[in-house]
Amino acid sequence: MPAPPLLARSIDHGRRRVDRLAELAIAASALVTVTGIVLIFVFVFREALPVLFDRETRLEANLGMFFSPGSWQPVSDHPKYSFIPLLIGSLKATLIAVITAVPVAVLAALYTAEFAPRAIRELLKPVVEMLAGIPSVVLGFFALIVLATALQAITGSPTRLNAFNAGLALGFSIIPVVYSVSEDALRAVPSSYREASLALGASAWQTAVRVTLPAAWAGIFAAVMLGVGRAVGETMIVLMASGNAAITSWSAFDSIRTMSATIAAELAEVVVGSAHYSTLFFIGSLLFAITFVLNVAAGLMVERMRRRLAGA
Amino acid sequence: MSASVFPSVAPGPSVRELANPSRRAAQAGWNVLWTGVTGLATLWIVLIVAIILGTIVIGGWRTVTPTFLLGNPENGMTEGGIFPAIFGTVLLVFLMIIAVLPVGVLAAVYLHEYARANSPVTRAVRFAVNNLAGVPSIVFGLFGLGFFIQFVGRGIDGALGQGVLFGQPAIVWAALTLALLNLPVVIVSTEEALRAVPRAAREGALALGATRWQTVWHVVLPQALPGVLTGAILSVSRGAGEVAPILFTGAAYYLPYLPTSLTDQFMELGYHVYVLATQSPNVEQTLPLLYGTVLVLLLLTFALNFTAIVVRARLRRRMGLRD
Repeated sequence: MPAPPLLARSIDHGRRRVDRLAELAIAASALVTVTGIVLIFVFVFREALPVLFDRETRLEANLGMFFSPGSWQPVSDHPKYSFIPLLIGSLKATLIAVITAVPVAVLAALYTAEFAPRAIRELLKPVVEMLAGIPSVVLGFFALIVLATALQAITGSPTRLNAFNAGLALGFSIIPVVYSVSEDALRAVPSSYREASLALGASAWQTAVRVTLPAAWAGIFAAVMLGVGRAVGETMIVLMASGNAAITSWSAFDSIRTMSATIAAELAEVVVGSAHYSTLFFIGSLLFAITFVLNVAAGLMVERMRRRLAGA
Repeated sequence: MSASVFPSVAPGPSVRELANPSRRAAQAGWNVLWTGVTGLATLWIVLIVAIILGTIVIGGWRTVTPTFLLGNPENGMTEGGIFPAIFGTVLLVFLMIIAVLPVGVLAAVYLHEYARANSPVTRAVRFAVNNLAGVPSIVFGLFGLGFFIQFVGRGIDGALGQGVLFGQPAIVWAALTLALLNLPVVIVSTEEALRAVPRAAREGALALGATRWQTVWHVVLPQALPGVLTGAILSVSRGAGEVAPILFTGAAYYLPYLPTSLTDQFMELGYHVYVLATQSPNVEQTLPLLYGTVLVLLLLTFALNFTAIVVRARLRRRMGLRD
């Protein structure tokens, strides 16, 4: 077999070098994602380390103080660093968001997947995408200026900015994710399930509520977990609409200060490397850990449901 | 032959229902009830969106004039326009997209074109993409401060040895933080587009002697362009609205000049909304400006989202997939 002409060989050589370079760039880009998440963890946690290991910092702020009852007064002559009011704040806001948003989102997903005429289904999708597209600072603005006034007129609560106001607006922000993941789950249920149910004489609602909904249960649970993760980490809405007072109270109509809002409100003012600075990064590490666990769990549930339905 | 030989078998009432007509009525009642309850939930969502948008449009449309869009804030930000915030936002997302687009597209190419479907590396990358999307935006802000400013920036300053230049909040750090935040958006929509490119296109190119990269660059990526654009637009829209990640990485309360270098701070629309809403010395007086700024921010993000939806709908129709 004759050798290929010289020119062709050098072209081929060049092509192969470009190919190898491209392959490197592609692999590097893929690794950026993995590196990114590792770096986020490492660098947020790294700034939090002094509250665990630095002797001098620990005199002012340490784990024992964080998790024992007390108050959050980091900027005073005798700073107090109890997370309890912040944890209660985050918990209250998240609970109110979940209670007000999840039923609405799941029922609407059930409507779209089971009952809605095609025209309404087509209309709803862009509406939910619009809601998802509203920046959280705009929802925060709405809750601060409009919603808070309306709610105060209805409830007569003495504090205008409170957990209920913030939680409700927080609920608006998680409706899209709960809705779309639930709807995906309901639609992933094979139509043979519905057909079998209808063929056995079940009515439309019986099929929807007793067959489709239970079959999609894992996916809907995952949707709720993703919603909770969003609500816990969401910052601008609670920063603007919650009143930002770190009070240990279980009332929905007292002001709250959440973990996320505390970071946002205080970090810009602190001295880099101080105990307060490390404490805020520690709160950030907690938020990262909570949302990470929720996301991983939700991912596993969706995966499991998909495999089970595919096997059926 | 007449049809009557084969009588139609339209689904009739079940034996049980025939035995008990009131049961049939009850079933119909339940159907109406469930359709009603789920329909009301849906209506509630539509109402929420309508009320939010309606309030903002009504409160803001009078403020949004050319002088507002092109003017500077005046009198302690209680008067004037928002041009520096618009300029800062555009520059910020421009820098962000330069950083995120190549990396996101190539990572998607890796996942869909190069990697073996279930290798440990692929699984790790997918895991990272999924979880990156769930990290709270405020944690991205902490990361930007801890990594880009304290570690990279200070590192560069130390190497240059001429005072603090990079080790402080700057537009480049804010843009890079947002780029990492938006990486999953670009990867997911690029991958979706790659999936729509028929196998035959790749096989044809390879059969003609193209290398793997030539196939990707000259055949696959051009066909996937709408999906790549969708991802880019969506990430710009999200980048323009996120405030928490830029709080400590470069956004400024007020600047008398426009950012001209990568190490400058900048004003931004979302942050400006936050500032006007919470730090204004006179809320009543600032309210029209606030509504106007919110309206501009919303119009910007919606225009971008709308474009992305249209592009994606066309892409999906070409794939023959349902929406």
